[in-house]
Amino acid sequence: MTFETLLPYLMAAIFAMAFPLVTGYLVLVERKILADFQARLGPMRVGPHGLLQPIADALKLILKEDTVPKDADKFLFYLAPLLSVVTAFGSFAVIPISATLRIADLNIGLLLISALAAVGVFGIILGGWSSNSNYSLLGALRGAAQLISYEVALGLSLVTVVMLSGTLSMQGIVEAQFNQRIWFLFGNYGLMLLSFFIFLIAAVAEVNRAPFDLPEAESEIVAGYHTEYSGFRWALYMLAEYTNIFIICAVAATVFFGGWLRPFANIEWLAYPMDAIFPAALLFLSAWGCARMKLFPFTALLGISGLVFLIPAVATALSAPFWFFLKVSAVFYVLIWFRASWPRLRYDQLMDLGWKRLIPLALGALLANAIIGML
Amino acid sequence: MPTTYSELYFPVLVQVLFAAVVAASLIGAGLFFGKRNRNSAKDSPYESGMKPVGSARERFSVKFYLVAMLFILFDIEAVFLYPWAVVYRELGIFGFIEMVLFMILVLSGFYFVWKKGALDWTLNPQRKAKDS
Repeated sequence: MTFETLLPYLMAAIFAMAFPLVTGYLVLVERKILADFQARLGPMRVGPHGLLQPIADALKLILKEDTVPKDADKFLFYLAPLLSVVTAFGSFAVIPISATLRIADLNIGLLLISALAAVGVFGIILGGWSSNSNYSLLGALRGAAQLISYEVALGLSLVTVVMLSGTLSMQGIVEAQFNQRIWFLFGNYGLMLLSFFIFLIAAVAEVNRAPFDLPEAESEIVAGYHTEYSGFRWALYMLAEYTNIFIICAVAATVFFGGWLRPFANIEWLAYPMDAIFPAALLFLSAWGCARMKLFPFTALLGISGLVFLIPAVATALSAPFWFFLKVSAVFYVLIWFRASWPRLRYDQLMDLGWKRLIPLALGALLANAIIGML
Repeated sequence: MPTTYSELYFPVLVQVLFAAVVAASLIGAGLFFGKRNRNSAKDSPYESGMKPVGSARERFSVKFYLVAMLFILFDIEAVFLYPWAVVYRELGIFGFIEMVLFMILVLSGFYFVWKKGALDWTLNPQRKAKDS
């Protein structure tokens, strides 16, 4: 066994074990950014600037009672959150983080992600139905109908990407963007922008985020499909939700923003500025920000990692993951921005948008891209 | 480099297994550390503090079934488009016309369900009067 053959399994293990913690911090980042949008501070009590909040939340959840409602279908009630988590984590396997850092480079990567997203609907509908609560049932039905409605538009908008790349492999899509010297966002003389906007709207609906968070609309149906869940079983639903958000951001970054490629990947002389100077500058900026917030250990950490990035060998090794995660974070920020900006849709508006607007528009974008691409 | 399909897909299976193990151990930790204090009021499903009325296993709107059926049709259409999209440059104008014909067939069905009102979620009083 060489290191190369072990690497996928090592990455799988790291993903599976680290993501509960990463999810906690994604929640904290979201709360902080939302707070910033609303001109308040967000969590500040646990640790400096609330940095230990996720750990406190996890400890609290572990000590909570795990209740099962009377007349619930016990087997399905236990199975449903597991199903959600497993399908969400399975999609990780095909996301490339750099040329070599990936769990599996399947030739049907994009299809695997849509397939697992479709199976993920079962986690929601089984959880809601088995709880034997009216709110859960309503949330589950809404969730299932919404997910499958927007999956069609999502799939149709991704077809245009496949037309440009000529492959379904995620790694192949990134390489195609390198070979064609363009991010697919700007492909086909800008027509792909239309596909991207359809993808973005459908993606927000796919991960049940505001303004499409009807399955969990707390002002109407309490908490939707996970009303009856408590303790870590509830936390598994949150874990699955944030994992799905990460996956959809990673897919957007990979198929539209060039994945782990640095910007202007074909221009040789930009290699050092983009691989080393930009990340270092960003890290120094964060270090300065931490210094202003009096988080001096983080200032030291970020400053040192910024200096490390200036070493050419390290920069070439780390720039691909750096750009990948930077793009994912940018898309994640946009999703939070949506949540801070727009009120929730009404249910009939949601279904109208999905079926009567997005699907015809996606088909039109598909045909237009096909015609332009053949010229 | 993996050569066979089973070698190629094995890491995906491992990833899924890791996820299942992590999720199960988190639930296990919750069961082990969490307190247990059950009573019948706590075990009843949540209905905003009222006593639950009836069961949640009731009939629900037929609209959801319609959406599910339409989804199957359109998702299969989208899946049919993928293989064409992979090779559409080689197929050229012939493949394009074939695909347009296929899409016209599906879209005429879409037009039918749209006009039939299968995609409407608001009750339009005028329409209801006409139908009955």
